Amino acid sequence: MSLASRLIDFFSKKKTVADETDAQSKVKQQKLGKMTARERIESILDENSFHEYDLFIEHKAEDFGMDKKFLPRDGVMTGTGDIVGHPVCIYAQDFTIAGGSLGLAHARKITKIMDHAVKLGIPLIGINDSGGARIQEGVNSLAGYGEIFYRNTIASGVIPQISVILGPCAGGAVYSPALTDFVFVVDKISKMFITGPEVIKTVLGEEISMEELGGARVHSEISGNAHFFAESEQECFEQIKKLVSFIPWNNSKKAEKFPVKQPKSNYVISNVIPKESTVPYDVRDIIKCLADDSDFLEVQEHFAANIVIGFARFNGETIGIVGNQPMVLAGVLDVDSSDKAGRFIRFCNAFSIPLLTLVDLPGYLPGIDQEHAGVIRHGAKILYAYSEATVPKITVVLRKAYGGGYIAMCSKHLGADFVFALPSAEIAVMGPEGAANIIFKKEITEALDPDAMRKQKVEEYTQKFANPYKAAAAGYIDAVVAPEELRGHILHSLHISANKVENRPAKKHGIPPF
Amino acid sequence: MNEQFTDFVIDDTVYKTKTTTKYNKRKKFNGFDKGRVSAFIPGAIRNVFVQPGKQVKQGEVLLELEAMKMKNRVTAGMSGVVKSIFVKTGDNVSKDQLLMVIE
Repeated sequence: MSLASRLIDFFSKKKTVADETDAQSKVKQQKLGKMTARERIESILDENSFHEYDLFIEHKAEDFGMDKKFLPRDGVMTGTGDIVGHPVCIYAQDFTIAGGSLGLAHARKITKIMDHAVKLGIPLIGINDSGGARIQEGVNSLAGYGEIFYRNTIASGVIPQISVILGPCAGGAVYSPALTDFVFVVDKISKMFITGPEVIKTVLGEEISMEELGGARVHSEISGNAHFFAESEQECFEQIKKLVSFIPWNNSKKAEKFPVKQPKSNYVISNVIPKESTVPYDVRDIIKCLADDSDFLEVQEHFAANIVIGFARFNGETIGIVGNQPMVLAGVLDVDSSDKAGRFIRFCNAFSIPLLTLVDLPGYLPGIDQEHAGVIRHGAKILYAYSEATVPKITVVLRKAYGGGYIAMCSKHLGADFVFALPSAEIAVMGPEGAANIIFKKEITEALDPDAMRKQKVEEYTQKFANPYKAAAAGYIDAVVAPEELRGHILHSLHISANKVENRPAKKHGIPPF
Repeated sequence: MNEQFTDFVIDDTVYKTKTTTKYNKRKKFNGFDKGRVSAFIPGAIRNVFVQPGKQVKQGEVLLELEAMKMKNRVTAGMSGVVKSIFVKTGDNVSKDQLLMVIE
């Protein structure tokens, strides 16, 4: 064969596998209101940066007529490219090829690009749109899933792993996203569950729609499996780009430094925090008072909204923020908020992102449901994560810091490097009402006018203990600072802890309260 | 204060705040009553081995509840007398449905 004819042969092969497949995919996906694998990858990556590999992969399955079936790309597109200049490895399952089902060749394409990502030290992005295991391939399909899960785990904490759910993701398939760091979902498109509505109906006799069982909203608000919720695929891709700009390529690099920008002038701390400690405000407004350009990328916005987590920049550098949200459930810690914050803290620590903790909480949420759901072991996660973290840890007590909640929110005792308190801070074993009712129980019940006595004792306690000075006197607070000085103190403490080294006893790994 | 906020009591202090859907939907606790025999899984009653008035011992098999293609033996949580039975063979039951009371 001459070179010219070889070229013709190559282009015709490529046309069949790539171009014609893509055109057919487009027709099918459009009917479902979805983008194709190629469109998705190209929308996420910088223009013309995508390079595809394993286009000519072929499966070796023989049973059930599979030997006569050719599946272009074996149903998954893999490659590398850039996101706003950051290199990434990426794969996208193609629902129009055998339902995006996962066979061994399909899985091996994914594990190959995963191995690349780890070796090259760059983030991995997986776009899921698959009916699940390729039943015709039997146990080989299960092997494929297992090999992916194993790599997700090995890569965890080494490179950032992002999962994008843009179609069904059911059964075993959901465990790859669950093992990754961030899961993106899109309303009405994403579906995730272990057992579908049909199985639930046959086995348990309970009827539920796919959307109610495992739609994007369910995983964003109820289960906490998803981290970012979008109304459309395009919005989802913009969220991914923004996240990638905040996180480092791998655990040995720092995130990209951006030009320093001051917070927007309409955000002023004194205007955000109400005088009375029982009146709520939005802690995200405090973040906007402090962060560069008042820019905050919130993670898991709709799940356990009583705690706020996300990324911001201070002097152009990425910081992870954890803040109690007085606006929701008074900002208490509970099972879900502890899980949410604990995992986020561990992500930041793994990728050397300093932590800023904003404290305003009355304590842990009381309740039988909480105790039975294991608030002890879940609540312990936040203690574990903060204590374990060796990145610079800065804590600001905005207002209430009571009891166990005070300890848990990155107190000095859990290894905070710098603890600041605003003059409005109240650091105490519990709120004045509760404390007075216990300490002065005898005086109150024996008084001629118990209500007046209670009021007087609450007032006494408030005067004496509901302030930052008892804790400051003990050295548990490093500085009480005025609201307008707070950003300056945070910037300085980040600046001087840039080379922080904290050594821990050698161990294989700790045993966090899972 | 805005009406979107509700009262929320922690340690005798009343906070104004919003609640979440998940918090509002939390299940009320009904106590552990060993005499109340409920379906731990939805399914079908395949056999009832006792009658009202029968003396039963703790651990004795009361009925057979088929679910997930398995015949599950439902046993007495305490010794006592079967006071009432609310199901019969062939009935489909939902999760947590009361099947029998022992006194």
